Amino acid sequence: MSRPRLIKESSAPLQLDKELLVRIHDLMVKTRVLEERLIQMYKQGHGYFWIGGPGEEAFNVPLGLLMKKGQGPEYDYLHAHYRQSGTLLALGEEPIGALRQMKNTASDPYSGGRNFAGHFSLRKYNVAPVSSPIEVQYSIAPGTAMVQKRVGGEGITIVTGGDAGTAEGDFASCLVWSSRPANPLPILIIVTNNKWGISTSAEGQHGEPRVSERGKAFNIRSKTINGNDPVEAYQELKEAMEYVRKERKPFLLEANVSRLYGHSSASGANYVSEEEDCLKNFEARLEQDGVLTRQQMDELRNRYTEDMAAAARIARDEPLPAPETIWKHIFAEDK
Amino acid sequence: MANMAQAIRMALHYAEENLGVTDIFGEDVGAPLGGVFTCTQGLKTTWNSPLDERGIIGAAMGIAMGGGRPVAEIQFCDYVYNTIDLLKLAGNTCWSSNGDWNLPMVVRTPVGSGIRGSIYHSHSFDATMTHIAGWKVVMPSTPLDAYGLLISACKEQNPVMFLEPKALLRVKGEERIPGEPDDDRALSKAIDAPLGDRSQWKPAWPEGLEAFAIPIGKGKLVREGSQLTVVSYGRTLPLCARAAALLADEGISVEVIDLRSLWPYDWEMIKASVQKTGRVLFVNEDTEVTNFGEHLVRRTVEELFYSLLAPPRLLAGKFIPGIGLADTLEMASVPQQNDITDALRSLAGEQP
Repeated sequence: MSRPRLIKESSAPLQLDKELLVRIHDLMVKTRVLEERLIQMYKQGHGYFWIGGPGEEAFNVPLGLLMKKGQGPEYDYLHAHYRQSGTLLALGEEPIGALRQMKNTASDPYSGGRNFAGHFSLRKYNVAPVSSPIEVQYSIAPGTAMVQKRVGGEGITIVTGGDAGTAEGDFASCLVWSSRPANPLPILIIVTNNKWGISTSAEGQHGEPRVSERGKAFNIRSKTINGNDPVEAYQELKEAMEYVRKERKPFLLEANVSRLYGHSSASGANYVSEEEDCLKNFEARLEQDGVLTRQQMDELRNRYTEDMAAAARIARDEPLPAPETIWKHIFAEDK
Repeated sequence: MANMAQAIRMALHYAEENLGVTDIFGEDVGAPLGGVFTCTQGLKTTWNSPLDERGIIGAAMGIAMGGGRPVAEIQFCDYVYNTIDLLKLAGNTCWSSNGDWNLPMVVRTPVGSGIRGSIYHSHSFDATMTHIAGWKVVMPSTPLDAYGLLISACKEQNPVMFLEPKALLRVKGEERIPGEPDDDRALSKAIDAPLGDRSQWKPAWPEGLEAFAIPIGKGKLVREGSQLTVVSYGRTLPLCARAAALLADEGISVEVIDLRSLWPYDWEMIKASVQKTGRVLFVNEDTEVTNFGEHLVRRTVEELFYSLLAPPRLLAGKFIPGIGLADTLEMASVPQQNDITDALRSLAGEQP
């Protein structure tokens, strides 16, 4: 089990290499600016619906950085949910793909204008298509983990979802199928807990003190972490992933995160000031420790804001898919 | 000749040896039972899943995503309803990802009446399944077709729903599966698991089994006729063929089409037949409201109206919540031999 760490105190020094801290910060800013641009596009009428994960950057970026990236069972599979643009950017995706998906252009690399923002699909990096029904990915993920168990190697399956969705039976299915004594699976089961399910509060749903405690009943190693701290998230994810990679057994990780802009455009997508802002907190610590200056961070944010505006202009001018393309890809053709 | 359960087993054996099938799984699919209908006895990649239909369909999707080739079983189609959104997701994965992902997976499930299965072991699934785009859907009525369609399903890059008419699983075929031994008793001894202790038993698979594939989407002209057409599949198909033979004695010539594939389906075969005969009856045992046969009737009216001598008809199951256990209730709920013969006779006699 992991050791207690001093870094949980906000005054403690940041315990990662400076280069990595800068990289995490860069991706967190890039992700935040992307999400804010997506919200702006929605509000300007350049998209029908927004859903995303501003507030989850401190967890999602380290996850993407730690994934073993590639295609096929030797690499990690990600059964993501729709709040993970930070993970995709950390995997190396460019933000214009998400902007194109928001604008429903033919050039949308994830769905060809067919699906909502945040519904990524990236076979080249084993990112399974994101679904709108919550938590169905928890039923699917054990399948890729089974193949990986059989193939051997270090590839693992990662499945993420929200705390509200743990009410769905698919979450129970995942715990059952992952922890059978005859065939435990190499799967990292993640619940990002933002304490809300649209407008259902945690108090309205959860009798269990911590979602991670549900893993105990299945003899699954489990932990709850502060997902608003990128350093803690990085270290805990690394440790959990190493356990799953080596032991070929499941791990249930609950990350407490914020929901900075509500559930989606359905709930207004306005900034929620009483939520803890992981980026603001991280920047204060980076400044305090002398890793980055305020000016450097402001310049970075301005640069990304300009880049994102330029990319959004490109996406806005691109054509929508041709109507007759509705008939494409109903079935896979011979490859 | 092999029965349908044996044919399915032999096709799965061929598929796991030659077509890359990696997992044949579901509730009670593995040893010692080998499936409640014995369709998976003795196979090498079988395993028993938790009793969780959503887990079964989800795992099949994940295995397919991971590069495996699963054949999952839902023990009775009545239990597959709680996986509808996963079936929808499996059907739209290729489309919604703009062709990025595809799911080479087969789901097998027994359907229909005929074993006195009461409310939860008698349902049909053809209307529901053909409503979910992105799947191929097949239902054989003979052991040879079951073998050939399953071989095709196991070669597919797309999800295939393989519906097994449970009333026909124990019926021997009239055609031999390529590679099947001549002696039925020898076949049974070789591949049917013994009663009692099976822990040491291993099947002796016929060596000459072939990749005999029936293309998905192609129907079968079971009997030629000139006066009317009957289109069916699954349990009701042999009843239609028998009705056609009976009516031939009365001087009524019935053409019989076994659809075999429900999606995609052989419209060209139906069209050619209806243009020849001018009369058509569609027969299945799913409930009659929003029935797959209603789609066929609609298409017939829209595309073949001026070829028709009588309104196209549908004979299907009664629109009731289930099939009651009593023999009289089951028989009254879904088309039986007399119902089909009467409907054909009536259609033949209808004059414009």
